[in-house]
Amino acid sequence: MRAAFASGGFCFLRQPQTPGVKAVSYVDDRFYSELVQSFKDWDRSELEIKDPKTRDECRQLLEREARLLDQSRFEDWLAMYAENCIVWVPAAETAGDPRREVAIYFDDRRRLEDRIYRLRTGKAWSQVPASRTVRMVSNVEVFKAADRMMVRSNLLMTEFRAGETRLIAAWCAHRLAGGRIEAKQINLIDRDQSLRNPSVLL
Amino acid sequence: MNTSTFFEHLVHEDRVHRSIYTDPMIFDLEMTHIFGAVWVYLAHESQVPRPDDYFTTKLGLRPIIVVRDSAGKLRALFNRCTHRGARVCRDAKGSARTFQCPYHGWTYFNSGKLRGVPWPEGYACDFKDDQFNLAQVPRVESYRGFIFGTMNPDAPSLADYLGAAKKPIDEWLDRNPGSRVVVSEANRLKFKGNWKLAYDNACDGYHVVFSHRSLLDTENRHASDPSKGMSFYMGKPDEAAMYLQYFGNGHHFKDKRPNVPKHPGALWEMEGLQPGMESYAKAIKAKLGAKAPRALDLASSEPVNINIFPNLSILGNHIQVFQPIAVDETDSVWYATAIVDENNELEGMADAVNAIRMRTQESFPNFGEVDDAANFEEIQKGLAACEDEWVYMHRGLGIPGRVQELPDGTLKAPATDEVFMREHMKEWKRLMTAQPKLVVAR
Repeated sequence: MRAAFASGGFCFLRQPQTPGVKAVSYVDDRFYSELVQSFKDWDRSELEIKDPKTRDECRQLLEREARLLDQSRFEDWLAMYAENCIVWVPAAETAGDPRREVAIYFDDRRRLEDRIYRLRTGKAWSQVPASRTVRMVSNVEVFKAADRMMVRSNLLMTEFRAGETRLIAAWCAHRLAGGRIEAKQINLIDRDQSLRNPSVLL
Repeated sequence: MNTSTFFEHLVHEDRVHRSIYTDPMIFDLEMTHIFGAVWVYLAHESQVPRPDDYFTTKLGLRPIIVVRDSAGKLRALFNRCTHRGARVCRDAKGSARTFQCPYHGWTYFNSGKLRGVPWPEGYACDFKDDQFNLAQVPRVESYRGFIFGTMNPDAPSLADYLGAAKKPIDEWLDRNPGSRVVVSEANRLKFKGNWKLAYDNACDGYHVVFSHRSLLDTENRHASDPSKGMSFYMGKPDEAAMYLQYFGNGHHFKDKRPNVPKHPGALWEMEGLQPGMESYAKAIKAKLGAKAPRALDLASSEPVNINIFPNLSILGNHIQVFQPIAVDETDSVWYATAIVDENNELEGMADAVNAIRMRTQESFPNFGEVDDAANFEEIQKGLAACEDEWVYMHRGLGIPGRVQELPDGTLKAPATDEVFMREHMKEWKRLMTAQPKLVVAR
């Protein structure tokens, strides 16, 4: 597909545009308030779910997510998320309120789709060549939170790209409901430091 | 060969030698001849709002504590114990009346003055002698909240150094309520490349549709919505209304505002699709009515790049700071800014504006800057080819009438011209061949 943006100008081959009506963001002030609240003070011992079956199901879900990302199956990965989902990678030492400060990223479904679309253009130079990753997910603990579950896990990702191998470490909080991920917070251990090429989907 | 002849060989009108990006000896020289000899951006006043607040950073490679001392004076202390050299402060920011070195306990007031040392009876010297105070940057000035320091007594005033760049800085601030902004967190990036690669890029209109191709495609991925973000770079950018301007002293400016229709809300209409924008826009429109479009423009990315040599770029709503780490490593920190509405000009809607503004500011570092940084790293790798000596910056050179000299002595050129790079390289060469006498105060 060839599209010229102005007559006589430089012509570009481009990725097909996204069909259909563009989605409207579901994020509003109430959504933010509930989100911030649900990621506060949730990993209390008395709320821990010790049932091995539940814990195993949660661990399985996290392992599946890690595998889909490692395999660059981004569309399948996003399908694991609830319709009104959030992926939140705070920049501040304590996560804070994303309404008042920037995050490393804070994506609703539309911006996650943007992220995937960008990687699929083949012209996202920070991912050309693409990173090869293996994610290790461990230390999975499950906590009860009203009609949902909060899952804490540790992530150690080894990334190889452009001749170099590096490690990325984080603790993650998944908010689960009905077997899907409603919200995920990724707390990189070096989140308040300068990050080199943070273009891999976390 | 003297230094003047040496640098004459490295910087030509149309090209520069690869070694200015790769030679560790040239980098070491830059850390005094540029970082120290000219006004270098250190911090924003909103990062040290109250007496005793501090923020740690670097001036070149020197570890620095930017502090508002207990008397309210802004200072840039060397974060280096006079005794044995350890950094006395290891936190990124905080509030402190004194700094005690964790190694042997020497303690300093936040003015830099030595407060005391453990067991002074074991010393024959007089600790009231200024020589034992923390060293500090002798000249610290701020311009409308932007704090700079220089160690060069012969440098002009900060206002004179900024020169014609003050006007776009004023405009960038005056569009906000109370004519100011505050820093609120940052997208912090680094790349394995020389710091000048980022500064060369700061006004570069030539790279946009190539380096940022994935961003342009993504912003415009919805067929119903074809002209978001920087799509005005598509086609023939040199014929667009935007322009670039060289101000002198290494500073330059890319003004994309002329591409934006004049009506309030036009900037908002171009903004990409960010989380939460619809619901907050609805609330802002309901509350502010006819004033809403102007408020929504404050949530949108201001289409300017104001580049203050050597390490500051004010762009969109960001305060971007280039921090050299080594000849082939640079931190590039994108401080986000928020509006503050003390006089309630926005009738309680400032928080809503900021809630959108935080998301718009995450967009470019995530979808644009990472690709530039990848290209900077690829330049650094490419420059390992030592027999291929030259890096070109001659776009526009020699075309009559393309670069205009304005009555105030500044230069104006089409958006993709490289005249800004040629000019800041001339200034770089002048500084590298000068003999600045840097001093510290105590």
